Amino acid sequence: MGNEAAPLLEMRNVSKEFFGNKVLSDINFTMKKGEVIGLVGENGAGKSTLMKILFGMDVIKATGGYGGDVLIDGQKVIFNTPFDAINAGIGMVHQEFSLIPGFTATENILLNREPQKHHFLSEIFGERLNLLDRPEMSRQSEAAIKKLGVEIDPDMMINQMPVGHKQFTEIARELSKTGTRILILDEPTAVLTEHEAEALLAAIKRLSEQGIAIIFITHRLHEILTVCDQVLVMRDGLIVKDVPAGETNVAQIAKWMVGRDVKSDADESREKAAHLLKEEGKPVVMSIKRLWVDMPGETVRDVSLDVNDGEILGIGGLAGQGKLGIPNGVMGLYPAGGHVVFNGKEIKLNSPRECLDADLAFVSEDRRGVGLLLDETLEWNIAFPAMQIHSKFLKKRLGGLVKWRDDKAIANVTKKYVDMLEIKCTNTKQDAKELSGGNQQKVCLAKAFALEPKFLFVSEPTRGIDVGAKALVLQSLKKFNRESGVTVVMISSELEELRQTCDRVAIIANGVVSGILPATAPSEDFGLLMVGHKAEEASNE
Amino acid sequence: MTKIKSTESFGKKLLKLVKNNPVPLMFVIICVICIPLSGYSAGYLIGEIITRIARNSFLIISLLIPIMAGMGLNFGMTLGAMAGEIGLILVSDWKVVGIPGVVLAMIISIPISVLLGWFCGKILNLAKGREMVTSYIISYFISGVYQLIVLYAMGPIIPIKHSSLVLPRGYGIRNTVNLLSMRQCLDNLLAIRIGSVRIPVVPFLIIAVLCFIVVWFKKTKLGQDMRAVGQDMEVARAAGIKVEETRIMSIIISTVLAGFGMVIYLQNMGTLNTYNSHTQIGMFCIAALLVGGASVDKASIGNVFLGVILFHLMFIVAPKAGMNLIGQAQLGEYFRVFVSYAVITVALVMYESKKRRANSLTGLKLAEDQEVAK
Amino acid sequence: MSEDKAVAMNNGNPVMEKIRGFIKSFGWPRLIIALFLISLFIAAPIVGVNFGSSLSNTLMRFGMNSVLVLAMVPMIHSGCGLNFGLPLGIIAGLLGATLSIESGFTGVPSFLMAMLYATPFAVLLGYGYGVLLNKVKGGEMMIATYVGFSSVSFMCLMWLLLPYKSPTMVWGFEGKGLRTTISVDGFYKGVLSDFLKIDIGHLSIPTGMILFFAILAFVMWAFLHTKTGTAMTAVGSNPTFAKAGGINVDKIRILSVVMSTWLGAIGILVYEQAFGFIQLYMSPFNMALPAVSAILIGGASVNKASIPNVIIGTFLFQGIVTMTPSVMNSIIHTDMSEVIRIIVSNGMILYALTRKTEATR
Repeated sequence: MGNEAAPLLEMRNVSKEFFGNKVLSDINFTMKKGEVIGLVGENGAGKSTLMKILFGMDVIKATGGYGGDVLIDGQKVIFNTPFDAINAGIGMVHQEFSLIPGFTATENILLNREPQKHHFLSEIFGERLNLLDRPEMSRQSEAAIKKLGVEIDPDMMINQMPVGHKQFTEIARELSKTGTRILILDEPTAVLTEHEAEALLAAIKRLSEQGIAIIFITHRLHEILTVCDQVLVMRDGLIVKDVPAGETNVAQIAKWMVGRDVKSDADESREKAAHLLKEEGKPVVMSIKRLWVDMPGETVRDVSLDVNDGEILGIGGLAGQGKLGIPNGVMGLYPAGGHVVFNGKEIKLNSPRECLDADLAFVSEDRRGVGLLLDETLEWNIAFPAMQIHSKFLKKRLGGLVKWRDDKAIANVTKKYVDMLEIKCTNTKQDAKELSGGNQQKVCLAKAFALEPKFLFVSEPTRGIDVGAKALVLQSLKKFNRESGVTVVMISSELEELRQTCDRVAIIANGVVSGILPATAPSEDFGLLMVGHKAEEASNE
Repeated sequence: MTKIKSTESFGKKLLKLVKNNPVPLMFVIICVICIPLSGYSAGYLIGEIITRIARNSFLIISLLIPIMAGMGLNFGMTLGAMAGEIGLILVSDWKVVGIPGVVLAMIISIPISVLLGWFCGKILNLAKGREMVTSYIISYFISGVYQLIVLYAMGPIIPIKHSSLVLPRGYGIRNTVNLLSMRQCLDNLLAIRIGSVRIPVVPFLIIAVLCFIVVWFKKTKLGQDMRAVGQDMEVARAAGIKVEETRIMSIIISTVLAGFGMVIYLQNMGTLNTYNSHTQIGMFCIAALLVGGASVDKASIGNVFLGVILFHLMFIVAPKAGMNLIGQAQLGEYFRVFVSYAVITVALVMYESKKRRANSLTGLKLAEDQEVAK
Repeated sequence: MSEDKAVAMNNGNPVMEKIRGFIKSFGWPRLIIALFLISLFIAAPIVGVNFGSSLSNTLMRFGMNSVLVLAMVPMIHSGCGLNFGLPLGIIAGLLGATLSIESGFTGVPSFLMAMLYATPFAVLLGYGYGVLLNKVKGGEMMIATYVGFSSVSFMCLMWLLLPYKSPTMVWGFEGKGLRTTISVDGFYKGVLSDFLKIDIGHLSIPTGMILFFAILAFVMWAFLHTKTGTAMTAVGSNPTFAKAGGINVDKIRILSVVMSTWLGAIGILVYEQAFGFIQLYMSPFNMALPAVSAILIGGASVNKASIPNVIIGTFLFQGIVTMTPSVMNSIIHTDMSEVIRIIVSNGMILYALTRKTEATR
């Protein structure tokens, strides 16, 4: 490598902070013309932030820029907007489709870059009245599709296409841009069928032969081994491994992804083991059978799962695999099908009220959208479900005809939870929207605790909150479980958090349970489950 | 075998036609019932319809561009109508007669329309997702401003020379402005007669040219951008299209066209109801477009003409049919007002509920997949 | 960043900061309208308009319109937006009024019977209207407008066709079809506005009417403090939160629409007894906009409203409507009140529709 000229792309000591939180540090790598780099890592490892820096996304600049240098052809570059990056020959295909549904493939490939014909009216009224040069558009889009080497109909409407063709259209758009030399593909195969994914991998190889360098982000590790020259593994904002793809295997990569030095707290693990022992043989309190949930971006396909009485069960997995869909489906927030039996009684799906009446409770991952009444007081937020479900905090008036809100009782219960969970607020009548993320999360927990449930779903309880609040939230969940005997199912993207808090951890991949392990199992086993290897395979490897 | 298949597909096609076009079909039925009841002759009806196509089509076409840009039915087209009216008031005061008067009125309306359209577009950009109700309120708001200008500023601030236009108190424009000097000057120019039916050739030519321009416009860069913005603002923005600017442009174009349309409309009517002419025009144009089979997010030139014919046929025959049926013309008149509003209501409800229905399909597919996997 | 701002503000003059906060929460347009009204009241005696009679006028109109404005509250609370479909409630009220007269009641009973007759219509129409609005979540306001318009024009047909017989109501020469305006003299004219009326010189206070509004407003206030009322507010504030909390969102929304419709029906009866006439046909058409803008002027937004908003809003709005003609006429000898009313009321609605914070849904 040393005898060659400057590499196509080089990152030197790149780092990034969000509001004092270091999310990337000391990123160094180089990339040659036509090289395919596989970028893997858990959610939150820093992959997308790194790509945002490379693509000049506005959010990076808005949050104070980044440290270190990005070099292209040995020249230092600074991209202020994605358009700068595009001009420098970088193309990015995002996870979510950015296509106009009622346009043809051709129109989408050349969106806002259509070849145009001048005529006398546009001379007078300006460029925007130029006519589109349709034949030239067809020619350019066909050229781009050919370069990609796949079969898509350039005149087909996007909304009539299968998902794979939409993905190809997106890639063809990047290729049609003049001088695209580096292509970033962010989980392009996640939505594809097996067959389509193969076609895409073939296309990646072909593009690399044509000299286009590709950064390929995926969770399907075998794909990386198939097409990539080099593998970059990221963890906690660092590149932990940079190896040629030929010198490694799936199990190793999975281990690098998740394996970190766990502080082994001897006492805690002993306590946990004891608890686990105690729980074994406990009756199943909730049994989920063949559940499907239509939650956009978190589709659950076919989940069957038993939850034991009094345990803390963790549900983990990578983003978009369906772990969040499970509580949302059971609790009736998204359309769902299948069977859920709680305490021997079948729970009707798609009916939040039935679940709540059966003493289930749910702390949603979407604090602002589902969890809180942002424009109302803390008192309302905490007391509302308990008031509606169990008719608490009400005074009967006119012989029980009128159920009057007892504001005093509400204030008291709010005060109790504010003290218990150390919620920082000016007073209990403060609006929920004025609190910080961590305190809002505590309010959501208080709301669930106030229901005094027998069973609690907690979804992403630590997402986006600071370290101190995190510890307190997890601690109080544990306490709630141990002291009140409430069964808790905790869903989280952070495996370590699950392993520390839970008794058992189930991993969801591609909408199904790929395995359940005791929390004490080594993290690389979880890593393999996350990338979709079934439990048996994991134990074999 | 093949024969059975073809009849089946014919039946299916018919069903699809009915399912996709409930509103136009309903109108066909109303008209079929009412025409014999009204007792009007075919010649009379054809003549009336031709007049109304010439009178109204231009106004209705002005609604097409904002629909293309995803801004729904532009209730703010009234703004253009007011600009056209101001043009006509000034032209009648300056005693410019005939075709030069009409052309001058249109020219005067342009800067006013552009200004109002820009204002309307700016406000609608602040109220994304509820453009229609906002544009509807804007039309009321600007109507107040229009009254302020025409009722109080015309005379003391904007000089009006001829007292025949001015209210007896000395300022403000009278309730009706006579446009005799311009009455039907476009319609009569080069008009031809076939039997008892007079065909106003020039308005038809103008409308034909406008249709051509609309079709051409869809092929321009700006037209393409508008379609993109109309379908997905975020994707368009990510591709570098100036979304806000494009939306404002669509409203400005619509407003300017509505201004021209109003001048054509009023030269046919021959009188201007200073304070009322524009208030109903938006509603009638939108109702006609919807009757023609358009929806909130999709409309074509074909919808315009079908709509004008069906809607106005109903409009002509309903009062007479009501008269002959129950002996009260009033009844038919209320009936046609009711139908206009009902059509808009139905179209809006269908549009909103369609948006929500699409979501429920994914769930069914997931359940199906499980069955297959079994 | 917001913390920095707060610190900077704390360092500044506390009084100024308070004023700034007040203006921010009150909103510029409201402030301008309030100042405008105050200046009208100040100018009134100077230009020779009697203060007492202007205030009486304002109070009278306040009483007439306040229930119609109160009809906005339930729907705003449940997140159905501004009730542009108020004419639907008014129609229920008109049906009640005409049926009561048709059945031959006079005096106070005729008013009570009108309310009684109007109720089933209001509940029925409101229920249907609520079901419809649940199908079009997100587009309620536009649909509501056109539901109002369609129903008014449909009732135009009905007023002609329904077999009313009472000679005080039908056209004299044809003997059928209701008149456009029907006098309620001898029926329920003034049953509320003349009840306990207080006259002090030029000032007269329609105590009965204001008391009636006060009772309804109190009931509304009390309702919002019950379990169901709390659920309604939560549905309006965040429907997903309410759903996750086990609330049947659709049912609560329908309830709110029924309440709004019923209040609309009662509102028009109160209006008629003071006005002296029942106005049929196209007259309910434009009654929604003044009520909508009144509550917005009072400080409500597209999804938040309270009883004080109703009181302040109706007073400000009706104050302007009554004061501008008399005062402006005396100053510039021109009656611009109608135009000012149109611009102010629609401008206020536009302001509310375009507010970013209020445009979340």
